[in-house]
Amino acid sequence: MDDALIEKLGILADAAKYDASCASSGAKPRRGGKEGLGSTTGAGICHAYTPDGRCVSLLKILLTNHCLFDCVYCINRRSSNVRRARFTVEEVVTLTLGFYKRNCIEGLFLSSGIIRSPDHTMEQMMLVARTLRRDHGFAGYIHLKTIPEASPWLIEQAGLWADRLSINLELPSDHSLKAFAPEKNGGTIKAVMGQVNERIVEAKEERRRFSPAGQSTQLIVGADDATDRSVLETSGTLYQRYGLRRVYYSAFSPIPEASSVLPVKPPPLQRENRLYQADWLLRYYGFTVEEIASGGEGGMLDLGIDPKLAWALKNRERFPVDVNRADREMLLRVPGLGARAVDKILSARRHTRLRMEDLGRLSSGLRRARPFLIAADYHPVGGLTDRLDLRQRLVTPSSQLSLF
Amino acid sequence: MHTITLREGADLDGFRQAVRRLAAARTAPDKVLWSVGAPSLFGDDATPASDNGAPIFLPQAVGQLIETVVCHSDPERYALLYRLVWRVLNGERALLDQHADPLVHRLERLDKAVRRDIHKMHAFLRFRALPPAPPGPDGGERYIAWFEPDHHIVEAVAPFFVERFESMVWTILTPKGSLHWDRQRLITGPPAERPDALAHDRFADDRFAEGWQRYYESTFNPARVNPTAMRAEMPRKYWANMPETAAIPALVRSAPARVQAMLEAEAAIPRRRMPEKAVAAMARQAPESLAELNRLIQRSEPLVPGATQAVLGEGPEGAAIAIVGEQPGDQEDREGRPFVGPAGQLLTAALEEAGIDRGGLYLTNAVKHFKFVQRGKRRIHQSPTAGEVKHYRWWLMTELGFVRPRLVVTLGATAALALTGRPVAVLRERGPMAFDGWNGFVTVHPSYLLRLPGEEERRRAQAEFVADLRRASALA
Repeated sequence: MDDALIEKLGILADAAKYDASCASSGAKPRRGGKEGLGSTTGAGICHAYTPDGRCVSLLKILLTNHCLFDCVYCINRRSSNVRRARFTVEEVVTLTLGFYKRNCIEGLFLSSGIIRSPDHTMEQMMLVARTLRRDHGFAGYIHLKTIPEASPWLIEQAGLWADRLSINLELPSDHSLKAFAPEKNGGTIKAVMGQVNERIVEAKEERRRFSPAGQSTQLIVGADDATDRSVLETSGTLYQRYGLRRVYYSAFSPIPEASSVLPVKPPPLQRENRLYQADWLLRYYGFTVEEIASGGEGGMLDLGIDPKLAWALKNRERFPVDVNRADREMLLRVPGLGARAVDKILSARRHTRLRMEDLGRLSSGLRRARPFLIAADYHPVGGLTDRLDLRQRLVTPSSQLSLF
Repeated sequence: MHTITLREGADLDGFRQAVRRLAAARTAPDKVLWSVGAPSLFGDDATPASDNGAPIFLPQAVGQLIETVVCHSDPERYALLYRLVWRVLNGERALLDQHADPLVHRLERLDKAVRRDIHKMHAFLRFRALPPAPPGPDGGERYIAWFEPDHHIVEAVAPFFVERFESMVWTILTPKGSLHWDRQRLITGPPAERPDALAHDRFADDRFAEGWQRYYESTFNPARVNPTAMRAEMPRKYWANMPETAAIPALVRSAPARVQAMLEAEAAIPRRRMPEKAVAAMARQAPESLAELNRLIQRSEPLVPGATQAVLGEGPEGAAIAIVGEQPGDQEDREGRPFVGPAGQLLTAALEEAGIDRGGLYLTNAVKHFKFVQRGKRRIHQSPTAGEVKHYRWWLMTELGFVRPRLVVTLGATAALALTGRPVAVLRERGPMAFDGWNGFVTVHPSYLLRLPGEEERRRAQAEFVADLRRASALA
């Protein structure tokens, strides 16, 4: 590894960091053995955290940041003045193996600017994955960004080597996509998501290996005027129709060399956080988009409180909930109680009538849950949920995301 | 009062022996004093206590909890675990379900702490390459790491590192014991001190460590600085052994200024003009000739591993009839040409009988690679699945697009599926059929004729096949 390669690594890691996806989970257990290298564990591992609080799990780089596309939100668009570099297939392989052997990473996340043509670019990316797997017996995680404009066979070849494929939708509506990413097409992107989903489902049935950790996508929030409701509706569709594993939300963040079309001021990072919370409610807590959106105003989520609490405050008549009697579905709707705490409650209450002291051992969110609960020794007096100042009492000033 | 003295570290064996004896003697937990102080297991190959008590039966979850919690550094761990065992043996079999019970709650927290410690060691341990040793059988690459776990987890993490780095030679040193792997055997060793080589010069002569720091700096986004979230997951105590963390103070300090600069900078005027030619050329990425397409097919990987080579279509472009079979067989796979095996010979004979010149046809397969299972020396043909057929469909359609036949004849169900996209009952639906974009004709695959049992039956089926070929030829 010489100075020139380190320099390129700096440029091409910087160029890749706006992709929020980092997971190394979901792969089937696999090991490289005496001749190969590496293993996948299923759950994935975060090997470091950067001072932005994000985890470093995969070596996330671009093959090149030269690009023929001109998507305004992207630092690598062809009209940007950013420094450019390009790795060879061999260089990416060397970096991946070198860092992996030092236990810095779980594997590789490879994306790329479009050079020459989408097919050419996709083929180079596929070659990196193939070389790692076939020539080096690499058993670590490989996440390949799929270029939707590439030919179907190339995308399918990529799925033979990758653990996860992802296609970034980037903007929730076709109309924004047209305005901000002239070379992209929402229809093409969704068609490829459909194709990839079909292959994944088939391969599972036919017991073949094809992108076993599924596919994911990313939506940029705050670059266009889409409301949270429409972002969540898009996600809901993506989960249902294309079987996506994850939708990542990336609050549009200021980039060097920004385009003049974009808002100068970034949206609050809290918005991204609220969308992730809402996404969780959608997938694991049995909420509908409509219910989540009703917690906020005008299609936007409440930035001050989490979406579950927001919903509960607007639906006070459904509380308090008796922890010794309520069903799982309703317990999941209590602010402050997570899915794991709910499962512990269900298992513990078979043996004993739960009191507040017990709940304190079962959940770490009891302070927020208290006004919405009834326990064996506790009944909120005078209907705590009727108090107008309940919101103020529950909100702690958030310092988590401030700049300092 | 019984006093049980266990070894330093995670003495699972010693604890198990003690519990068996205590349980057999029905000794209550408050009659036992647990202490730690016997010499460590490391560097001492004494066998465990010899008076094996009878095994006791515990729910699986209890056994798992014990295995983890004995690794904890809390001196009370054995006493707590024995209280758990005692209660489980005395009528509370489902005690672990009672998450609100104070004892269970405390043990769950110990369990969680150990698991977290193991997880963090898997995550934050960094290997450093050592200068090559005197040439050995393994090419000389050796790796070393220093790590300071909170609990006695050195043996618990070993399987992870052996599995992941089985092909490497490495040593892990910690104040609680050490591990050495030579690609064959795992050797556990005594507690170690931080080696000088790792304490000083951060990058030693391993440039990947330097490259990794550059990566770490570059992947950080100053517009989202949030050190609290970072420290929650990666507390300071781990930083000393992770080379990349040296960059943290400077990254945090410079972040606000970097963001301010980005916000103040006016939108830049693009340096380069619109690369019109290149953008236009981008659209022309599809292969422009059959030869180019064939090169793509040859370069790509079979969907099911095993085939020697891709078997391409054969025959003149512009042929009036294209015949599409299922997939190459054993002989086709070796020779790299379609329809040369037994079924191919049968097809050739039938074509001759129908008065059709094989050389004037375009012959190809729906799937381009041979799929088989090995039985001794024989490779037994396996039908492609619907998913595999779909995977090859884009190639087949592009291929036909170059050949532009007047009629596409499919042999057998697989080819018919490829052209129609739906399952076709060949015997019932044989004859002319409109395919998506092509005039088509469905008939049986010659291998079907080979499989028929009776002579008479086969003769009849062959005559029908020849008749089909004649009809198709007339249609074209």
